[in-house]
Amino acid sequence: MQSILSVSQVSKTYASGQKALEHVDLEIRRGEIFALLGPNGAGKTTLISIICGIVTPSSGTILVDGHNAIRHPREARSRIGLVPQELSVDMFETVAATMRFSRGLFGKAPDKAHTEQVLRDLSLWDKRDAKIMELSGGMKRRVLIAKALSHEPDILFLDEPTAGVDVSLRRDMWKLIGSLRARGVTIILTTHYIEEAEEMADRVGVINKGQLLLVEDKAALMKKLGKREMDLSLVEPLSEVPAGLEEWHLSLEDEGHRLRYVFDAQAERTGIPSLLRKLGELGIAFKDLDTSKSSLEDIFVDLVEKR
Amino acid sequence: MTGINLHGIWAIYRFEMARTLRTLWQSVATPVITTSLYFIVFGGAIGSKIDAIGDVNYGSFLVPGLIMLTLLTQSISNASIGIYFPKFTGTIFELLSAPISAIELVVGYVGAAATKSVVIGLIILITSAFFVDLRIDHPVAMIAFLVLTSVAFSMFGFIIGVWAKGFEQLSFVPALLITPLTFLGGAFYSIDMLPEPWRTVSLFNPVVYLVSGFRWSFFGAGDVSVGWSLGVTGFFLLLCLGLIVAIFRTGYRLKN
Ligand SMILES: Nc1ncnc2c1ncn2[C@@H]1O[C@H](COP(=O)(O)OP(=O)(O)OP(=O)(O)O)[C@@H](O)[C@H]1O
Ligand SMILES: [Mg+2]
Repeated sequence: MQSILSVSQVSKTYASGQKALEHVDLEIRRGEIFALLGPNGAGKTTLISIICGIVTPSSGTILVDGHNAIRHPREARSRIGLVPQELSVDMFETVAATMRFSRGLFGKAPDKAHTEQVLRDLSLWDKRDAKIMELSGGMKRRVLIAKALSHEPDILFLDEPTAGVDVSLRRDMWKLIGSLRARGVTIILTTHYIEEAEEMADRVGVINKGQLLLVEDKAALMKKLGKREMDLSLVEPLSEVPAGLEEWHLSLEDEGHRLRYVFDAQAERTGIPSLLRKLGELGIAFKDLDTSKSSLEDIFVDLVEKR
Repeated sequence: MTGINLHGIWAIYRFEMARTLRTLWQSVATPVITTSLYFIVFGGAIGSKIDAIGDVNYGSFLVPGLIMLTLLTQSISNASIGIYFPKFTGTIFELLSAPISAIELVVGYVGAAATKSVVIGLIILITSAFFVDLRIDHPVAMIAFLVLTSVAFSMFGFIIGVWAKGFEQLSFVPALLITPLTFLGGAFYSIDMLPEPWRTVSLFNPVVYLVSGFRWSFFGAGDVSVGWSLGVTGFFLLLCLGLIVAIFRTGYRLKN
């Protein structure tokens, strides 16, 4: 299957001399949700901006549905919707007017039914005649999404869609993204949070310091990177890991107050039930149990070390 | 999608006109009040002591110059703010990511700015009719000069808006370049009244040609021939157009 977006050998050095991207190659499949994962300054926004025509690449080519984005910008851009990271909206405009503006800008005649549908999906219909400056931050972000969807794009870019958004809105956002995908829209989003990538994406790309470190199916990646930690807060501190627990490779933390077990969450057998049973047998009591996923940071360290 | 993005041009034009309408009161009141003041002070108080220029009394003589002065400053400030503001607030990302060509973008922005200037020019014309006797010998040419000048200086303003890095710079060029050139460009006098070498020096001031051509359309006579006026206006128009094309070709100050 031909990819809907094809980025090849794209590099960018800003006028300041800052290298933001180095030889990035990326193929996006039609209809997928792709998450671009990376820390601050990794080059996520730069990559998106280049694809959307906001930043000029220093070198490389971009094909959007087969159209060269630099030589035939009109064909390429009319297929793309962009929700930027920054909340840049026209404060004095009303929600409906700004959406009509966006649709017109992308060369489409007004379509009341479509506009209403999008505003309803984003719970903005009641606010359609409100000035944007009267809206809350979360609503402004939804206005930006409405603008991006106003011209019915085939590809939607969401640059950190859930930054500064509360939990319930985040859920709504995920639901919306799911329903867009169901309609055949290809979605590319950036995030700092591995949970978000895990929740939504079909494939994940990890970017750091302008280099795309890997692109993989989410399931495969999570398997590879899905290390979890289980911390047991002990009632009585220990001075060393007791004999009989070697099998689990435990470590003592917090001056012997916590026992840490690192395991593979995707593995068929995590080893947790047997560990807890063994602790019971040894009479080691704990008052609390906590599990956490390895942080994005750990993953980067992991990835960078492996290369 | 091929051809011209008419919906896109219309969207920008409408957006810009809506911005004007939101500040309708200032947009109309300011030029009307300023012009009335000019007529009272220069036309009435001082003008009564000044002889007629040719067969035109001084009050009437002022009208084309005043309109030109307002046209230049208004066109520049409208168009420059129109494109500078999205740069400032960041909403320009949408313009840059839209399937709209440089020319289409300029038609939208410059079209709206020029429309506003033409309307203000006509308002001043009507206001002046309350103060002085008006005579318009060549109404078609008058409208043509009005429109061409508005378009040319709106393009110039667009360029300034792209170039400006701060709000101060937006008012910098109009205040330091356009106002002096207009005051020295025969807006309030005929350059024939100047002694040499200032008369010859004035001929290097492009605004002289604009004012002169415009005045010719009213009274059938100007400081320079109407052909020269039209030529200079057209040249300035093409120069600005060329600059704008170059700006978009290179992404100058719009794209990183
Ligand atoms: N306009 C610019 N001029 C110069 N350097 C820039 C510019 N924009 C970004 N950079 C630099 O390019 C690098 C990549 O920035 P980018 O905004 O693409 O990162 P990001 O992955 O989106 O980060 P974040 O998660 O913080 O949004 C950074 O080092 C940044 O400082
Ligand atoms: Mg970013």
